[in-house]
Amino acid sequence: MYDMKALYQAKDVADAVALRLAHPEAHIIAGGSDVLVQMREGKRAGVELISIQGLNELRGVSLEEDGTLRIGSLTSFSHITRDPLIQQYINVLGEAVDQVGGPQIRNIGTIGGNTCNGVTSADSASTLHAWDAIVELTGPNGVRRQPIHDFYIKAGKVDIREGEIQTAILIPKESYENTFGHYIKYAMRNAMDIATLGTSVNVRLSADKKTVERARVAFGVAGPVPLRAKTAEAVAAGKPASMELAEAFSQAVKEDINPRDSWRAAKDFRMHIAVESAKRAFIESVRLAGGEL
Amino acid sequence: MSKSVGKSVVRVDAYEKATGRAKYMDDLCGREALVAKICHSTIAHGFVKSIDTAEAENIPGVVRVLTCFDVPDLPFPTAGHPWSTDPGHQDVADRLLLNRHVRYYGDDVAVVIAENEVAAAQAVRALKVEYEELPFVLDVQKAMEPDAPQIHDEFPGNVLKHTDIRKGNYEEARKEPGLIKVEGWYDTPTVQHCHIENHGCFAYMEAGRVVVVSSTQIPHIVRRVVGQALGLPWGKVRIIKPYIGGGFGNKQDALYEPLCAWCSTQVGGRLVKLECAREETFVSNRVRHAIRTHIISYVRPDGTLVARKFEAFSNQGAYASHGHGVVAKGMGAFPQLYPCDNLECDCWTVFTNRPAAGAMRGYGIPQAMFAGESHIDDICKAIGMAPLEFRRKNLMPVGYVDGFSKNELYTDTFNQCLEKGMAAIDYQRKVVEYQNQTGPIRKGIGLAMFWYNTAVWPISLESSSCRMVLNQDGSLQFQTGETEIGQGCDTAYSQMVADAVGIPVEDVHVVSSQDTDVTPFGTGAYASRQTYVGSFAIQQTATALRERILNIAHEQTRMPVSNLDLVDGQIVRKTDGRVLKSLGDLATECLYSLEHSQHITAETTAQIKTNAYSFGCSFAEVEVDIPMCKVKLLNIINVHDCGRLINPALAEAQVHGGMSMAIGYGLSEELKFDEKTGKPLNNNLLDYKLSTFMDHPTLQAEFVENAEPTSPFGTKALGEPPACSPAPAIRNAILNATGVAIDCCPITPHVLYRKFKEAGLIAD
Repeated sequence: MYDMKALYQAKDVADAVALRLAHPEAHIIAGGSDVLVQMREGKRAGVELISIQGLNELRGVSLEEDGTLRIGSLTSFSHITRDPLIQQYINVLGEAVDQVGGPQIRNIGTIGGNTCNGVTSADSASTLHAWDAIVELTGPNGVRRQPIHDFYIKAGKVDIREGEIQTAILIPKESYENTFGHYIKYAMRNAMDIATLGTSVNVRLSADKKTVERARVAFGVAGPVPLRAKTAEAVAAGKPASMELAEAFSQAVKEDINPRDSWRAAKDFRMHIAVESAKRAFIESVRLAGGEL
Repeated sequence: MSKSVGKSVVRVDAYEKATGRAKYMDDLCGREALVAKICHSTIAHGFVKSIDTAEAENIPGVVRVLTCFDVPDLPFPTAGHPWSTDPGHQDVADRLLLNRHVRYYGDDVAVVIAENEVAAAQAVRALKVEYEELPFVLDVQKAMEPDAPQIHDEFPGNVLKHTDIRKGNYEEARKEPGLIKVEGWYDTPTVQHCHIENHGCFAYMEAGRVVVVSSTQIPHIVRRVVGQALGLPWGKVRIIKPYIGGGFGNKQDALYEPLCAWCSTQVGGRLVKLECAREETFVSNRVRHAIRTHIISYVRPDGTLVARKFEAFSNQGAYASHGHGVVAKGMGAFPQLYPCDNLECDCWTVFTNRPAAGAMRGYGIPQAMFAGESHIDDICKAIGMAPLEFRRKNLMPVGYVDGFSKNELYTDTFNQCLEKGMAAIDYQRKVVEYQNQTGPIRKGIGLAMFWYNTAVWPISLESSSCRMVLNQDGSLQFQTGETEIGQGCDTAYSQMVADAVGIPVEDVHVVSSQDTDVTPFGTGAYASRQTYVGSFAIQQTATALRERILNIAHEQTRMPVSNLDLVDGQIVRKTDGRVLKSLGDLATECLYSLEHSQHITAETTAQIKTNAYSFGCSFAEVEVDIPMCKVKLLNIINVHDCGRLINPALAEAQVHGGMSMAIGYGLSEELKFDEKTGKPLNNNLLDYKLSTFMDHPTLQAEFVENAEPTSPFGTKALGEPPACSPAPAIRNAILNATGVAIDCCPITPHVLYRKFKEAGLIAD
């Protein structure tokens, strides 16, 4: 039994926008794997809810005309993992979200909910940051597109404005073309856990597979929101792929990240794991891209 | 005669449980029930000055708000021990239904009774509790310091109890020249049972009595405690125990049955349900004692133990519950597992401002084995002796008799278990293979032994009662006070009853539910005694029932009783083996006889004045990823001698469950507290790292079957033993892999990071 003041069920995106305007205090509920838990805990007790669960147009993965990969915000984790377009162009995202919770959670949890929560530990978030994802929001003034980096304002707060709902996550062609990545979820057990640290690395190699043309790395739980390690990326860009480079790349992430001390893990421990994870994810990404170290 | 004991017959409750038909507490509760919800303290120590209930009472649906200022002043004990009629041996009565003196973060200060859960939760949030805060203490040794906060007036210095063992002369013996001193401190964590069904109960009044249906292991004990807490004659209380979703010792306490019963009495006897949320189960039920153990061993270079010191500090938390018995049991194992002539052993049970610790699977032995078996490997490392060789030299020898319990090691169990485990995991080959490893990823293999006492005699009452009632078709109902809590005892009982009476196992109908109004008296499920103590009552009652049956057979067949037998549900003439009639025909004729109709039943109480050692060991193989500070458990094997197996499949399942709990204990589980406030930090199943099956390798159970001579069915403990030795085996495997001796469990990546850094294995 949930302490719920009212439930408004949106019929389509336009209706969802209208409901958002009519009930500005209401919370959006999609899969419910976060919202219902927080209601039960009392944190969101007594709230009004707008359910977008019935908006099937927000489900599924497709390619737009310009090659942009479009992931509807209500696409569940398990659908993302099994989607052929995801497997072809950004397999690491499917692997990352396959590490969320357990099978039941992955069946109800959505990528939109995962990002709109604004939590740094979300398993999709570091990979979406590392691949320069674009967040699509639909509101009273139409569609607004925003880099995911700007979408995250602070811990637990994202840039969803009056009347808006998130409708898609977009991966531009330039981001995924010839690019291979690896995600390491560092957690205290192998299932049903949140990340102590999430590390997502991807690389694009030169045609001869010898040189790293571009390397990108993003972390979850290395700061209040997911963040990129640009210093490390610069260290790797244009360099020959080698174990030495993997080492230099991973050491450089220390310049950019700022994990905190908490009872869940100490700062120095998280820092240590970040370096080791960056190295391993870099090596694996190069290998996936066909390179040798 | 078709014997049932020893066969893997299907659980008697399998179909009901697998199909969801089995009725648990919540399934049985009427939908009209009022909901009781507890307001827990948000300070770790202090006094409630006032509670403003006005806003809460105005919330629609709220029926009654009761606070710590309303409860009767009747302190009661909660431990699920048999009552002692000797006041000197009674459990400590330090509980009230709700507390003005708050002793841990999460203590019970008020309760709301409402028409539904939402109103109850809203009202709890609307209560305004004003506290007078006092300093608090979480650490067991800090609580023993002179200026520590005092938690119970009756126990100055916070020491609930101290006991010791002395043998020989430790101080003199350790002066022997040439001895090697090995010293270690070992910490074990506060953990929770995490049974799948949270504790809950419902209560109502009927004909001037209080009825409580509860998820408990110990209905007859709860009846007594509810009577004590409410000031009612015990006969005015009726407790019903339906199927329950696990207990592991947490439900071997009276938990919220007294409060729920009292709530019902405060609303005119209406039906009131009180169900714990998981967050409450972690904090406001019971936990396992965190125990800090200090061991010093003086050893000759050849591995002879000359003198040993043992000190254990047991963190009791805020209330006495099971109290000192837990660490005392752990200490009791120390002189027995590796006998030594010169010993100084002391243990203290100390109040702190943590959740109350009670019984949990193993009752002090998982803690004692973690410390003791880790220390054995530390000795081996110090003197350069192989862990296997040291153990073989020093383990309890065949023929050892414990003076107190009169337990005896009858057979060469330890070596048989070691042999079986070594063969299964290929121990000797791997010991050689894993020597002198370098590199970031290393493998290791470790072992640990355990000692376990099956039951509680001679410390406490041990009796078991049962009743058998014959039906017209020759089948019978079997009832006992010993409870099915998921461990499978109903099935084991059905097998033993079948063989003892002489009927097919499918003709035994076990009455799974206990109802204190109709079930024979019994103290419930605890220790590892269900199959052991139950077997005595079953054998004795079956003998009585057979005698009645054969006397009736004599009346009906005119054959002398001495010529008759009951075999597989048939009355057989022993002289020629002829089947004279079926038991069903006998029963039908007897029950409807116009001349001499009789109800065919037997009911007895067996006094159990023996106990039995249960032994075994664990082998663990790990792969340690040093830079990632992670341990991957590659293989784990438990070997048990629990006597003769009543049901091999159930025995294997029991071992698997215990191993799973022990893996979490060794590697991931710990209830954490905020040092600044005493607040529990991870009282939920996300942040408390109960291990999942993704964290387990295949769990392997092996058995050595030396029939236990004291038991009618040759059986002894298997309930708790599987949880006793895996954690130190894992710890010793990590030592073998890395050379790093970890001094605490759980051995989390946080611990490994710190220890690997100290050892210079990782550098930042």
